[in-house]
Amino acid sequence: MSSRYDRAITVFSPDGHLFQVEYAQEAVKKGSTAVGVRGKDIVVLGVEKKAIAKLQDERTVRKICLLDDHVAMAFAGLTADARILINRARVECQSHRLTVEDPVTLEYITRYIATLKQRYTQSNGRRPFGISCLIVGFDYDGTPHLYQTDPSGTHHEWKANATGRSAKTVREYLEKHYTDEVADSDAESIKLALKALLEVVQSGSKNVELAVMRRDEPLKMLSVDEIEKIMAEVEKEKEEEAEKKKKTKTS
Amino acid sequence: MALESVCSFQAPNPRIGLLRPGGKGDVDESDVLNNLWSLDKFSIPAVTDPAEFLKPFTNGEGNVKIEFDHGTTTLAFKWQHGVIVAVDSRATAGSYIASQTVKKVIEINPYLLGTMAGGAADCSFWERVLAEQCRIYELRNKERISVAAASKLLANIVYNYKGMGLSMGTMIVGWDKRGPGLYYVDSDGTRLSNNMFSVGSGSTYAYGVLDSGYKWDMSVEEAYELGKRSIYHATHRDAYSGGVVNLYHMKETGWIKVSQTDVMDLHYKYKEEKK
Repeated sequence: MSSRYDRAITVFSPDGHLFQVEYAQEAVKKGSTAVGVRGKDIVVLGVEKKAIAKLQDERTVRKICLLDDHVAMAFAGLTADARILINRARVECQSHRLTVEDPVTLEYITRYIATLKQRYTQSNGRRPFGISCLIVGFDYDGTPHLYQTDPSGTHHEWKANATGRSAKTVREYLEKHYTDEVADSDAESIKLALKALLEVVQSGSKNVELAVMRRDEPLKMLSVDEIEKIMAEVEKEKEEEAEKKKKTKTS
Repeated sequence: MALESVCSFQAPNPRIGLLRPGGKGDVDESDVLNNLWSLDKFSIPAVTDPAEFLKPFTNGEGNVKIEFDHGTTTLAFKWQHGVIVAVDSRATAGSYIASQTVKKVIEINPYLLGTMAGGAADCSFWERVLAEQCRIYELRNKERISVAAASKLLANIVYNYKGMGLSMGTMIVGWDKRGPGLYYVDSDGTRLSNNMFSVGSGSTYAYGVLDSGYKWDMSVEEAYELGKRSIYHATHRDAYSGGVVNLYHMKETGWIKVSQTDVMDLHYKYKEEKK
């Protein structure tokens, strides 16, 4: 049988590393940045939109996908790999609704995706998935969640996180500026996600994609105008900060 | 092979002598061996139509007869204080009374009960498998399984064996986040939710008494009395029901076994009351 001739691609190195998994994580680091913020009543996903060729049709939604009415995800890494995972996750969300008569909890679907990723690090002839996912949403009891999975198949819950290119810089920004007050306010949470993304992305509403989900409401992709408005607010706040600093210096 | 499973392609494998019902996933030699030792799956005959193949054995034609004990009365109803489950305890093989002390309520876990009607082995085996699945669910998801999900698991399991001679008419009773739950599941794959069910050869007699005495806002004592009386009247007229009435009460904190009363005692008690 042909399965006898498939060799495992992911094998241990002498010092205990799974190099294929680590190379997959490198592939993730090359992907465009994605950021997620969990507020008290809102969850926000932001992605960096790569500049598209002139003749290419611009599609508003590519990297932020809906897995179910109450679950959305963004990813960084190989888009083709993501498509496979998203398909399986969508089927699993519906399958869960059918067998258990309840929508999936965020923890369940994250665990499912993570288990799937892990399986591919321990199978014949398969390579790991080259993507890191940020999964957001609300459980049916109303609690918001943000989870991150990576190519090794681990998953963790976060209050705010980033993945992809320059994820470390973005995460440091989030660590500095994420407070409970920010989380309590919907508008502040959205602004935080945008500001964090702007740390590493060229300024301009054309380069970012933002999506928000409020409790019991469907996922909403922010239009270009709405993003411009928030960016204008952010700019204004920056100017006010600069003014204040000038004043304290002179006085 | 890796590509096969990514594309969800299933190659037919004529070398395998025993198939797995449900037909999901890869089928290979290890499956055959696993199924022999597996406690929650049966290997089914390697023919094109297992249900057709098994028909002569299950419908009483021919020399081989598999006769099931169908005689029983079980009932359950929801009301403002939870769910009452009442069952008789007689097992018959044809016209022979095999036992008067059968436990027809299966305690799946402290907040889930299952009743037994039809084939005793089918009911108790598959409800024990259900108990295993419920526990695994609890461990994986860190919360109790809902009554809807538990009954659906059981219904999906038996649906895989539809037409192959399983005989099971059970009620799954529990209390979960949505409140008290009562589902009827049988070996045809039927799964229904309602406020009141009665299953078995004596069910018609029990329904008569239940329907005439039922009120949503009965007191606890009235509900206990209604359950006992319904089973008594069924045992009085149905030859295949009798023994003792086992009465359970499903509360928010789990089930309690209320009482075990011999139907003969109930007979004389009601006779006295009529005077």
